Amino acid sequence: MRRVSDIADLEKAREEILRGRDPDAPMVAVCCGTGCVACGGVKVVDAFREELESRGLSSKVTLLATGCHGFCERGPLVVVRPAGILYQQTKPSDVAEIIETSIEGDGIVERLLYVDLSTGERIQREEDVPFYRHQKRLVLDRNGIIDPTSIDDYVATGGYASLAKALGSMTPDGVVGEVKKSGLRGRGGAGFPTGLKWELCRKSPGETRYLICNADEGDPGAYMDRSILEGNPHSVLEGMLIGGYALGAREGFIYVREEYPLAVSHFSKALTAAEEAGLLGEDILGTDFSFSVTISRGAGAFVCGEETALMASIEGREGRPRPRPPYPAESGLWGCPTNINNVETWANVPRIVEKGGKWYASLGTDQSKGTKIFSLVGKVVNTGLIEVPMGMSLRDIVFKIGGGVPGGKAFKAVQSGGPSGGCIPESLIDLPVDFEALAEAGAIMGSGGLIVMDEDTCMVDVARYFVNFLQEESCGKCTPCREGIKRMGEILTDIVEARGKAGDIERLEQLAYVIREASLCGLGKTAPNPVLTTIRYFRDEYESHVLHKRCPAKVCKAMIVYRVVADRCTGCQRCVKACPVDAISGPRSQPHNVDLEKCIKCGACYEVCKFDAIAGDAIYIE
Amino acid sequence: MITFKMDRRKLKVDEEVSILEAARDAGVYIPTLCHHPALEPTGACRLCIVELERNGRKSHVASCVTPVEEGIVVRTDTPAVRDIRRTLLDLLIARCPDVGILRKLAEPLGIKESAFSPENEICFLCGICVRACREIVGVEAIGFAQRGIESRVLPPFERPSSRCIGCGTCTTVCPARTFDLAKVDAVVALHGEGEDNRVRRCIVCEEHYS
Repeated sequence: MRRVSDIADLEKAREEILRGRDPDAPMVAVCCGTGCVACGGVKVVDAFREELESRGLSSKVTLLATGCHGFCERGPLVVVRPAGILYQQTKPSDVAEIIETSIEGDGIVERLLYVDLSTGERIQREEDVPFYRHQKRLVLDRNGIIDPTSIDDYVATGGYASLAKALGSMTPDGVVGEVKKSGLRGRGGAGFPTGLKWELCRKSPGETRYLICNADEGDPGAYMDRSILEGNPHSVLEGMLIGGYALGAREGFIYVREEYPLAVSHFSKALTAAEEAGLLGEDILGTDFSFSVTISRGAGAFVCGEETALMASIEGREGRPRPRPPYPAESGLWGCPTNINNVETWANVPRIVEKGGKWYASLGTDQSKGTKIFSLVGKVVNTGLIEVPMGMSLRDIVFKIGGGVPGGKAFKAVQSGGPSGGCIPESLIDLPVDFEALAEAGAIMGSGGLIVMDEDTCMVDVARYFVNFLQEESCGKCTPCREGIKRMGEILTDIVEARGKAGDIERLEQLAYVIREASLCGLGKTAPNPVLTTIRYFRDEYESHVLHKRCPAKVCKAMIVYRVVADRCTGCQRCVKACPVDAISGPRSQPHNVDLEKCIKCGACYEVCKFDAIAGDAIYIE
Repeated sequence: MITFKMDRRKLKVDEEVSILEAARDAGVYIPTLCHHPALEPTGACRLCIVELERNGRKSHVASCVTPVEEGIVVRTDTPAVRDIRRTLLDLLIARCPDVGILRKLAEPLGIKESAFSPENEICFLCGICVRACREIVGVEAIGFAQRGIESRVLPPFERPSSRCIGCGTCTTVCPARTFDLAKVDAVVALHGEGEDNRVRRCIVCEEHYS
């Protein structure tokens, strides 16, 4: 894209880009988000490139390597436009057939279509697939249709028009007012009203102000921020530029994990391209507004997602939180007023400026406006990244979009909000997902992780997993978080390893109370959530572990014994061969025996037995 | 001046005073471990927790890092506050069973033995030495290494620090007496190879200095 000289020139530059493009030309968009790359997305792109070339179609067909489309379960995904046909789980060997059928011809490669499991119907168009049909995409909408490394693609689809609108026709206060009106709340977890945060920072006295984009996404299984940065980096940059104008800041930082190489690479390219186009740097769009952005890479400490620890890390100090007040809005980076928002929050800003705060506030619920991106993972048929209006019920998310629990298993719970979130049980499945409802249920929105659990999940084991995670990620500064989480972990480990004692549940509750009330930062204050919610909703499971030494979900190995059911065993020897420690013996055609001394409870015999003769059963230990 | 209530008493104090400082001036006892009057407060040990009522909303805050505000109500000795302090000391005593100051603080709360399995640490990570080295001495020869339960006070990369001037401030401010100046080995292990940081003994009082 050429350099843009002023505000009106941006629209001209956009028209020039569009003039060079045929809107009806065939386009192939291959998902190259990290998930699809892991299952061969780049190879599919290469195959398309070669095949199109060999057929002399290179100049007639646009080939896009895009960011994440969201339907990660079915990758690598290919969408053929303008028809919008979705091909899933594609391989390089499918490419020739796709081109022949759907680009050179107007047919469909039936075998690569998505099959709706509930109806058995093959679905042709991407937008008709239930996974996409029930979503509303404001932030992820361009992920599947632009090349994230191309500023032309972003501008062609209306990118940077919101920045031009803000600079050209709005005052800084007007922008802040619009964000306030929108009701947008921080997408990083706490849900603080963004407009209010901006106003506080704007009103703080000081010459220098800083903006920070928090991209230190660290919840296990969460990848919304990564996918935005990988798939549409300019939307985040545009949000920051608008924020810079509104708050009177000249300098911004993006704090991103070193483990996100693709996100770092795409965002770096976006910075270079925007600078060359006159959209970043000195005198942006010919105005007197100047803004620069520095990428600061984090070394992988979960706690550095906490704003004060993050700022300490950018300053080059230990990534440890400090008490607030002072809040970053008054005294943040190097003591200057600083505004920190999460990636998704920034990416919402251009939309709000474009369509107005009132329009944005019409989406969602009373207190939670707009849409939210969730990573839907765990025991769910359609794992992936989804964007839905606030207030959609958990049931709709898990069953309509997620397609329910695989393997005919029963749904048990959803962990919302990552390791600091809580487990929401089946009885609350009709809960509308917004900030208030989740908090009432004892969970949090967090950054948007939703981990679905089925009947085979042991809730005590889940609590132990998250507590262990948090124990490793606690910075160690304050007593309750450092020592308390460690002790909660010890008690939970004792419970799952059949050493639980009467009173353990109460001790966990007491520790949870103290950690929540007394910890310094958000990590500690929310750390007890997984324990408290699992006790609240699954207390019987805890009691069963502690009092009867039984794990109802048959997960905790210390409480399981494998024995052979003699009248079902045919003596086929499959389990004998499968056992890695030779714990099963017995002559062919006669019931086998499990040597409990040798058995490591790996369950290999249980998996291979065709006659249900191996009974993994929880037993009662005196 | 700011007027607020602390345990049914009306107090009038300067602005920018912390709740802890106001309490100490008024003779109200609040236990602390990581607080040192000469150093910036850090809010690490959390023993100074109090109940704060602001606009009718109650919460628990660390009094050392919470400034007083007009009209707030502070309660320093509620059952919940005592309960939290007791659990915190219980956790610290489990970590450092033989540290005198913890025992002394725990006694009035009725803790004799910890409910948790004991460890064998001496340092409870109050960070006074680290802050003194940074704020008073101005050399930052020691800091926190590792994270969480593995946190340790160490010179960078556990190597002898060339920044250390061997002043011994860290050892004298330590409330746990983790670094005994008399145990020269410990000091050298911590400080490393400064120019002349040998520890000597005063011929008058027989105390060690460096």
